Amino acid sequence: MARYTGFHRHNRPLALYFGAFAVFIYLPILFIPIFSFNSGWYVKFPLESFTFYWYVDLFQRETLMRAFWNSVRVALFVSVFSTLFAIPAALAIARYRMPGKAPAVSFIALPLVLPGILMGTAILGLLNWLDVTLSLATVTLGQMVICLPYAISVLLPRFIDVGRVLEEASADLGDPPLRTFFRVTLPCSLPGILACLLMTFTISFDEYFMAFFLSGAEITLPIYIWNQLRFPDDFPSLLALSTLIITFSFVLVFASLRLSGVGDSVNQERSR
Amino acid sequence: MTFTGLSSRAPAHPGAVTRFLHRHEGWRGHLLLAPTLILMTVAILAPLGMTLIMSTWFVQGYDVIKSPGLGNYTAMVENPMFRVLIWRTLTIALTCTLITVFLVYPVAYYLAFHTGRHKAIWLLVITLPFWTSYLLRVFAWRVVLGHEGVINSGLMSLGFISEPISALLYSQTAVTIVLAHSWAAFAVVPIFVSLEKINRSYLEAAADLGDSPARRFWRITLPLSLPGIVAAFVMMFVPTMGEYITPIMVGGPDSMMIGNLVQTMFGPMNNWPAGAALAVVMMLTIALAGLVFVVLNKLVQR
Repeated sequence: MARYTGFHRHNRPLALYFGAFAVFIYLPILFIPIFSFNSGWYVKFPLESFTFYWYVDLFQRETLMRAFWNSVRVALFVSVFSTLFAIPAALAIARYRMPGKAPAVSFIALPLVLPGILMGTAILGLLNWLDVTLSLATVTLGQMVICLPYAISVLLPRFIDVGRVLEEASADLGDPPLRTFFRVTLPCSLPGILACLLMTFTISFDEYFMAFFLSGAEITLPIYIWNQLRFPDDFPSLLALSTLIITFSFVLVFASLRLSGVGDSVNQERSR
Repeated sequence: MTFTGLSSRAPAHPGAVTRFLHRHEGWRGHLLLAPTLILMTVAILAPLGMTLIMSTWFVQGYDVIKSPGLGNYTAMVENPMFRVLIWRTLTIALTCTLITVFLVYPVAYYLAFHTGRHKAIWLLVITLPFWTSYLLRVFAWRVVLGHEGVINSGLMSLGFISEPISALLYSQTAVTIVLAHSWAAFAVVPIFVSLEKINRSYLEAAADLGDSPARRFWRITLPLSLPGIVAAFVMMFVPTMGEYITPIMVGGPDSMMIGNLVQTMFGPMNNWPAGAALAVVMMLTIALAGLVFVVLNKLVQR
């Protein structure tokens, strides 16, 4: 598409606007790490002295460590199970022609936009009616539903264009479909699956609404943060904790998006 | 059988089910989708149905009376508080959505037309924060806008103001800004996708025929990106309708939304049926928005 580039040459005001938007997106989040190293109790300028105290403090909190391990456990289960559900679904969406596909896809995408409070209270109502005791298991169930549309959208680009020729070759050579799946499709889409695991792990780890409505006595990290927000004394420690979580999430999501090749297909189409 | 040599484990006589599936691609697809669809039905449709049923119950003392009635809904019509809350929620969600879609359009445009080879990475830069903790992003705003927050203390130490501006936090404006910030990616992506789909040769043709850049934008780019704008509108309006964390974190008493009332009903007030009725109203509003979306999309694509 080299010909058309003449249209959209440099547009400085637009580039500046884009830059300003990027700054606006990141700026509030950047203040969290800045103040997490500040020795003062209060979040205000001017900064006092540099300290690691708030980070060290985190490791001495028993409830926090407990909430952390709860989060990790839930996130592990959520990522494995939602990926297991998402693989066949993404395969069906990417490869098969079938009636009723469009409405099915919109239905699956519903949790992307449905407000968390609606889903949280609705599942809570149903569980209560069924006399199910709230626990980390119910949180896991709720978060799986949240994660599924994301998981499928991360897997889709890989399933759409990878390994198709190899699959046909495998089928032509007489491999039954399941063997083709395990020997060709799965290895070819491994980066996508890894991306999916990382993405769903992060989403579950950071998820608030389901954890809020569906957890029992055991809580996850975001709920711990929510509960501690009431205590002004804990504010600096929460900043330190948030810094760790944000850094960790950014790294995982970045890796996941690179692996899944989000946006790459755009460029390929262009050069074709 | 000649094939057995190539694939030792292939069954000699495939069963009836295998043969059926082999012949019907649609059924194979449905079979693969089935686990997800079943899970979603159990975990979304059934609970939403349950909400609908629960909204007709009522609370007496500490007991939930499970006899159907419209008491919760008539209470909503009679009590002006509900009307105020619903109206306010609509106002906040609509203003926030309109402003964001308008402000974000150039961003999506830049991404689609000007980023060239680095498109994937820029798209990633813009969407990255939205994958991470929603709670922490709102929390960050509290740090920025707070009474002794970044803006106030920063301006004070620079000597621009002598007293904190209290209007920053605990206002509807704060809620609108934070909501716009929280959900902006939901508006960027659909517009970007629709701009990306525009066939560049239309623009070339228009240029060859003498259209100025502004005319090209008005007559080609904008109309063709309308489906993206409509999608962006819905993608943002729906989640903002159900907000309740942002009003708690940065809003004041005059910025409580329906979501806050739903949460109170399910939490401290312990009146689940009333909360469920409010949730149903929220769902209906969202469904209405969805309907408008479908109709608009039909009109736009003609």
